[in-house]
Amino acid sequence: MPGAIYAEGLVKTFGDVKALDGVDLDVPEGTVLGLLGPNGAGKTTAVRCLTTLLQPDRGSAVVAGIDVLKHPDAVRRSIGLSGQFAAVDEYLTGRENLQMVGRLYQMKAKPAKARAAELLEQFDLADAADRPTKTYSGGMRRRLDLAAALVVSPPVMFMDEPTTGLDPRNRQLLWEVIKKLVSGGTTLLLTTQYLEEADHLAHEIAVVDHGRVIATGTSDQLKARTGGERVEVVVHEREHIQAASEILRGFGKGDTTVEDHMRKLTVPVSGGAKLLAEVIRELDSRGIEIDDIGLRRPTLDDVFLSLTGHVAEAKDEESDKKETTK
Amino acid sequence: MSAVTDTARVAPAANPVSQSLRDSMVVAQRNLIRMSRIPEMIIYGLIQPIMFVVLFTYVFGGSMQIGSSTSATDYKNFLMAGIFAQTVTFATASSGAGIADDMHKGLIDRFRSLPMARGAVLTGRTFADLVQTALTLIVLAVVAVLVGWRVGSDGSTNAGKVLAAFGLLLLLGYAFTWIGALIGMSVCTPEAATSSGLIWLFPVTFISNAFVDTSHMTPWLRHIAEWNPFSATVQACRVLFANPGQSTSAAWPMQHPVWASLIYSVLIIVVFRTLAVRKYRSATA
Repeated sequence: MPGAIYAEGLVKTFGDVKALDGVDLDVPEGTVLGLLGPNGAGKTTAVRCLTTLLQPDRGSAVVAGIDVLKHPDAVRRSIGLSGQFAAVDEYLTGRENLQMVGRLYQMKAKPAKARAAELLEQFDLADAADRPTKTYSGGMRRRLDLAAALVVSPPVMFMDEPTTGLDPRNRQLLWEVIKKLVSGGTTLLLTTQYLEEADHLAHEIAVVDHGRVIATGTSDQLKARTGGERVEVVVHEREHIQAASEILRGFGKGDTTVEDHMRKLTVPVSGGAKLLAEVIRELDSRGIEIDDIGLRRPTLDDVFLSLTGHVAEAKDEESDKKETTK
Repeated sequence: MSAVTDTARVAPAANPVSQSLRDSMVVAQRNLIRMSRIPEMIIYGLIQPIMFVVLFTYVFGGSMQIGSSTSATDYKNFLMAGIFAQTVTFATASSGAGIADDMHKGLIDRFRSLPMARGAVLTGRTFADLVQTALTLIVLAVVAVLVGWRVGSDGSTNAGKVLAAFGLLLLLGYAFTWIGALIGMSVCTPEAATSSGLIWLFPVTFISNAFVDTSHMTPWLRHIAEWNPFSATVQACRVLFANPGQSTSAAWPMQHPVWASLIYSVLIIVVFRTLAVRKYRSATA
């Protein structure tokens, strides 16, 4: 049975730029898929196709069990969309914005009003509820935008870069909200450029680059593909680098890399925490003082780099422009 | 997802016409709240036509020939129908700018992702603009009376006819906001919508019978002026107000101005509404 969000062979071309070049997705009900990729990778285009805002050139999609191309209106009744830009009316108050959205989801005036009050409370906006949203901070606006997407508690949610441009505190707040939402059984597709965010929120991650899904899996699976763990040691005295390096050679299963200026040594290992303890004892017994030591697992940044050959932050200027102006 | 709930959700809403009207009213309400929170827009929207009334009345008043008369009073009574009509067409710019602004800020994306009637975002905006146009017209009529404009100055009229004239003016204004809606959906920024919404209005409102007697124009220009949809409403208002300077041209719209005004306005609504809503359906921010 296909998942709550299912896409097969989505293709969308803008001029001569292939924004989507055959995207397949399958998100089981009640899970979170993180669509991870740099600017211009096609994440937004994919979300726009799945939320009926854009007609794909080829391919098919089913959301909440409904064919997106055949019954776009029915799909709209079952989804919530929170976009890259906080799309709320800046001259309306938070309450008025939510009431309007509720009414346009075809709720009657009274339930729409009650629901708005409930969401304002839930999203910590009750104090600011009757102020025009142009007086809101960026984080408040983003929360309101998310609340607007949740007015009818849709079974399927799409969030396009929900935390882009937010400070760490507000990002943390929004993450909490998203986690609570998902624990209630909502299926979520989330796009992000932040590897940390995908790592944190998504059950499964699809790495997108140049309009294609180049890898899928859990964060652990993706990390495993990049290679195993390694031990990193920072020694206190520069003259101990040589001795430490010899010790590490005994434990490692590959070459030790040395960053001289940082007095840092890294070696790939297998054996986990137990091995780490042995390394520490050995270093200690030789009288080598250490500033820092740890077992490092590959980050999603490493994964991304090894999959795409470029780091996630690097923008592909041209396709980036295409995606935002189209 | 069971098949049963799917069919229920796929089923269309009960009555598309009433849903469309209801959604339009929700959007109209939103735009009216918005307008009320930006009072300076309403005030500037009023200052301009009032300035036109005062400038035309006192600067041009003494030197314009209307029919065979050069009296300032006759020109004043001639002028007001033209100013009223020009004022209602300026709503084009505000509706265009408003819609372009919604596009720009991503609100159109939000609306398009909601299960609402397809034309309602634009219809709601045009409804709100219609309310603003009506308020502007009321203020302007009061100012016109204050500077000496009188209905029935050139024959007899009655309250029904005067109201009918204002009705035609509102219909013309409403039709032009749909042109604005299409412009708003077609340009990238609110600024572009404002300027491209205004520029073409100057030739449309000046190559007409609004401010001068068309019988003094060179023939080719006169033909354009007499067939200009805008002129039909102006002529209709002069006839219904019983104000001087009614064209005696044999051109059909000048002979049947009320019908011509109605037909033109409805035609503009049908054409531009269709185009604007089509554009909305495929809009990409």
